[in-house]
Amino acid sequence: MTPTTGQENARAREAHNAKRLYRFDCTKRLVARLRNEEAVIGGIGHSNFDLWAAEHRPQNFYMLGSMGLAVPIALGVALAQPQRKVFALEGDGSLLMQLGCLTTVATLKPANLAILILDNGSYQITGGQATPAAGGADYVAIARACGLPNAAWAADEEDFERLVDRCLSTDGPHVIGLKLDDQGPAAQTERDPPQIRDRFMRGLGVKKSKLPG
Amino acid sequence: MGQAWHEIVVEVLKANEVRLIPYVPDNVLKPLIAAIHADPFFTAFTTAREEEAVGIVAGAAMAGMRGMVLMQTSGFATLANVLASLPCAFQIPVLMMVSERGTLGEFNLGQAAVWRTMRPTLEALAMEHHVITRLDECEFIVDRTIRQALMTQQPATLILSPLLTGGKAAPVKPQGAEGR
Ligand SMILES: Cc1ncc(C[n+]2csc(CCOP(=O)(O)OP(=O)(O)O)c2C)c(N)n1
Repeated sequence: MTPTTGQENARAREAHNAKRLYRFDCTKRLVARLRNEEAVIGGIGHSNFDLWAAEHRPQNFYMLGSMGLAVPIALGVALAQPQRKVFALEGDGSLLMQLGCLTTVATLKPANLAILILDNGSYQITGGQATPAAGGADYVAIARACGLPNAAWAADEEDFERLVDRCLSTDGPHVIGLKLDDQGPAAQTERDPPQIRDRFMRGLGVKKSKLPG
Repeated sequence: MGQAWHEIVVEVLKANEVRLIPYVPDNVLKPLIAAIHADPFFTAFTTAREEEAVGIVAGAAMAGMRGMVLMQTSGFATLANVLASLPCAFQIPVLMMVSERGTLGEFNLGQAAVWRTMRPTLEALAMEHHVITRLDECEFIVDRTIRQALMTQQPATLILSPLLTGGKAAPVKPQGAEGR
């Protein structure tokens, strides 16, 4: 992988310059770049709905009501399987509920973990109310201040793909911030938690079963 | 005489391949935490919240690494939502060990008040839980609870009673309590 130029980095770091992206489009772009059974943990609500809509993979985990735990779950997977790349898709409201987890990731430094912060400025699934970060919090700057220097805003779709490639080809932990528009999700995940857990464990090679699935 | 409670716990964790130990510290857990950090078998670290530790152990369990969260009673009281919606709903064997504060000589009313929420919460979640009060039962209870959780794909909680650990003594001893 070619190192990023200073110019590109400077551009991507500016939250206010980042293009408003469409979550489903970005989720599809991410999934299209996964070729090695990378694990993807979708956080509460719309972050996992669009992961589901982007086409189910056995290495996807779709969380339910444990708001804020996409990054911790992904960290657990990353620690258990250091050879596998792991992506966490977390909403801004959700991350605010568990900001401390960024410090844990920075301390443990799992090389195989990437965190995508889906920043639409709101709690979209509960009606689009503004988050308490409306005063101007910058999640990429927060991640950096927590000790995660490989953190950048995606300037546009192309830049997002470049940042995903960097996650796939270099050691992390990585953080990508995505400024999102206010479009809703493309579908709704089937809510059957034991089935989802079972498929995920098979997808990670942890569970073998003669039951078809 | 024989082993201390924390030595027994370390042995049983190792025998059951429970390696990942995220925790929010507690004074009574100090010797256990120290022994776990001293042993390269374990991956142990602090988390900012107990919820976070539950998420980490749930993720690791699904990816093939067993873990247990250490916390005190007040930490358990922050967990109902994530326990219900993650290990209970998805049937993931998240193990928890709670140092029991708030009873049998508690000096802090806040701890005593939150203590009363622990058993009702465990019962409302229908979560397997056992209180360890005696040294001679410690190995059996810890070992069997861990095994059952793993085999049935269910979370479980082990409560360390002050009867086992000695608990945390009042910082100001009552008059006349000394010298006996
Ligand atoms: C502890 C807790 N509080 C509140 C909720 C209700 N809730 C579910 S999703 C959600 C908003 C999620 O916001 P965000 O992560 O920003 O994702 P978005 O909806 O914007 O995609 C809220 C408040 C919950 N599930 N758990």
